[in-house]
Amino acid sequence: MPHVLALRCRECGRDFPVEPIYVCDFCFGPLEVAYDYDAIQKVISRDRISDGPSTIWRYDDFLPVSREKAVNIGAGMTPLLFADNLGRELGLNNLWIKNDAVNPSYSFKDRVVSVATTKALEFGFDTIACASTGNLAGAVAAHGAKARMRTLVFIPADLESGKIIGASVYGPTVVAVRGNYDDVNRLCSELGDSRNWAFVNINMRPYYSEGSKTLGYEIAEQLGWKAPDHVIVPVASGSLFTKVWKGLHEFAKMELIDGVDTKMHIAQAMGCAPVAQAFLNEQSHPKPVVPNTIAKSLAIGNPADGYYTVNIANESGGSAVAVGEHEVAEGIRLLAETEGIFTETAGGVVVSTLRQLARDSRIGPDEQVVALITGNGLKTQEVVSGYSNPIEIDPTVDSFDELVMGAATS
Amino acid sequence: MTALRRVKFTFPPGLITRPVIYELGQRFQIVTNIRRAEVGPDVGWVVLELDGPEDQIDSGLAWVEKQGVQVSPVTGDIIEG
Repeated sequence: MPHVLALRCRECGRDFPVEPIYVCDFCFGPLEVAYDYDAIQKVISRDRISDGPSTIWRYDDFLPVSREKAVNIGAGMTPLLFADNLGRELGLNNLWIKNDAVNPSYSFKDRVVSVATTKALEFGFDTIACASTGNLAGAVAAHGAKARMRTLVFIPADLESGKIIGASVYGPTVVAVRGNYDDVNRLCSELGDSRNWAFVNINMRPYYSEGSKTLGYEIAEQLGWKAPDHVIVPVASGSLFTKVWKGLHEFAKMELIDGVDTKMHIAQAMGCAPVAQAFLNEQSHPKPVVPNTIAKSLAIGNPADGYYTVNIANESGGSAVAVGEHEVAEGIRLLAETEGIFTETAGGVVVSTLRQLARDSRIGPDEQVVALITGNGLKTQEVVSGYSNPIEIDPTVDSFDELVMGAATS
Repeated sequence: MTALRRVKFTFPPGLITRPVIYELGQRFQIVTNIRRAEVGPDVGWVVLELDGPEDQIDSGLAWVEKQGVQVSPVTGDIIEG
């Protein structure tokens, strides 16, 4: 049973009924799900969680919908891997990689969309929609297919077709909107307000974003019921960042872990770093930017949760890094070569951020660090195409010895 | 047809002292209703509701953008990676 009290405004604290709404009528602040923690405390235990399914739905006591009717394609309980090789490279002895690239549609978005789709069905919607340039489209299309819902995916018309092949295979209606990024945003905002659809990150946003908390829960559970010293989070809207923090604190509040002394670090790429820049410039509100980054999955110039992300980074004693654009591919390659994990651009940003934090001694060598790898590298192969350099030989052993073994030993 | 629209205006430093919202109400048939705002040294923003004929709201927002104010949905960017 979900233990939801209400939707609560993050700005003025007013409560609203649990409906497909997302903004406070009074101050237009964002709404967030508020829980009855006393009721959760009565039932929750480590064993109850451990005995649950190997998906995000093991944590449904902390979610706005229960697992019984979950639209479940297996999101969550992804590996937390000890990264000894990468750690050696960076001088970090206690480094862990949370590999969310292995979710069903190959990104962490399956977590949020699984929750949003389930809630949408509970509300009685027959249509689910999103605006996306990649990962979110795939997750919505996959869950829409599983839920047998009409599925609409809005994309900018100039988006490379390859970006949405992974989504198209699930059979959604893909709408390519002529116009620039702002035009697509505006249209979707208007449609989200005027149509009787579940738009995952508009009217379903309070529920959708709660799915990200499960990353925080899993990290704590997989570390043996404790919060790490540091978490490195790729930041786009900032929602993931704030929800990982919320998840860790909910576990502490419920005494599932001893406490949270975790420094939260913002990872962005220079070409779209409004949140990192706000933190570094000691401003509370990010200044909107026009994205120009190869890290497309982080390309949100006007981040909805930017303000809250900066607050948490400050409150936790964390930091922020805006990595150079050239460092994105370097980070992807470093992770692949050391740990055998192929991540997309957001992961490259995280690894390069981690490298920078280690260089600057903002992470101690023996502190426990978790880096979030949120998407699969096969989605952005073009970024690392320059690394493909096969050695061409004749079909003879001599040619092999000369050109391959010679090269290998030289 | 009248409409209500919730938007966020972000002002660059050069426009923070100009009464853009007042001018918007004067130039177009729009009632502006501010709900939250903050003005800092580098950036100012206002979250407000616009009430008026739909074509007036569209024209008004186009005029505001032309002045150099960024207009966005109160949700921030909706397109996600």
